[in-house]
Amino acid sequence: MANKKTKGTGPITARITVYPRPEILDPQGKAIASALTRLGFDGVEDVRAGKSFEIQLRAAATQDVEEVVRRMCKDLLVNSVVEDYSVELLDGEAKP
Amino acid sequence: MRCGVVVFPGSNCDHDVYHILKHVLGQEVTFLWHGEDSLRGSELVVLPGGFSYGDYLRAGAMAALSPIMAAVRRHAEAGGLVLGICNGFQMLLESGLLPGAMRRNRNLLFECRDVFLRVERDDLPFTRGYRKGQVLRMPIAHAEGNYIHHADQLESLEEAGRVVFRYVSPEGEVAAEDAAPNELGELWNVNGSINAIAGICNEEGNIMGMMPHPERCAEEILGNVDGLALFSSAVGALEVTA
Repeated sequence: MANKKTKGTGPITARITVYPRPEILDPQGKAIASALTRLGFDGVEDVRAGKSFEIQLRAAATQDVEEVVRRMCKDLLVNSVVEDYSVELLDGEAKP
Repeated sequence: MRCGVVVFPGSNCDHDVYHILKHVLGQEVTFLWHGEDSLRGSELVVLPGGFSYGDYLRAGAMAALSPIMAAVRRHAEAGGLVLGICNGFQMLLESGLLPGAMRRNRNLLFECRDVFLRVERDDLPFTRGYRKGQVLRMPIAHAEGNYIHHADQLESLEEAGRVVFRYVSPEGEVAAEDAAPNELGELWNVNGSINAIAGICNEEGNIMGMMPHPERCAEEILGNVDGLALFSSAVGALEVTA
């Protein structure tokens, strides 16, 4: 996987990172932060627990891939009431 | 009148609702499979509790895209009665039929216990059998019932009187969402919902979602009948308009 990709043809990996909106209390993040502190990691001030998706897709040359991925986020992957997201498009298939 | 209970893969309160409607209230009830595209004439549609699609992605998110939800949406938009209980409420939020979203419970636990609810609206098809201010006891069983909405939209929800039930003390008092448990370890707003919201409706009042389970307290043998009036109200409302 190499460069950032903005336009079609060939395999593309869309990496979507979803995280709780900053103004929303994140109970999971809070619990993880206190667990890290209990383990002796000093200085942990805050944890936001989110999730990420890696979507392999093949787009036509004319397609605006980012627009398509953002629509996926809006229609299914992200609940905009409580979550924010960012999209990164990469050439080729993501390697584990 | 005919009632429909939608069955999703992972629903587990569908039979309870069916039982109350059919055997306690003597109504004609049918199960509707999530893959169907018709409500088969159902006038009251119930989205039951459970773990539809294993709660994959977000609770209710996959179910909201089921084929039957398009029919539920048409029914709701035409003024038909739709009741979402627990996971069904989460589906109504995920499908946008009701506003807001659910977060994990504040304490991160799956909470299975009785709570107290204050009735805020007694003029809805679902709540005519109650009186405003009445305190009900009802079970909850969920890990994601911590209701939230954007501050400005929450305000308009409140102003429009669309909060139907709130978590309260046995005396009917609302506790703050960040209140600590009392000396007995009791916490009335168990999941930490904003404004102690346990149930809301749409503007017209024909769509209602709630986290507590009225179907689990609607028959004498269950030791609590506080939920029965909800179903009998809905059934009664349909008989009046029929």
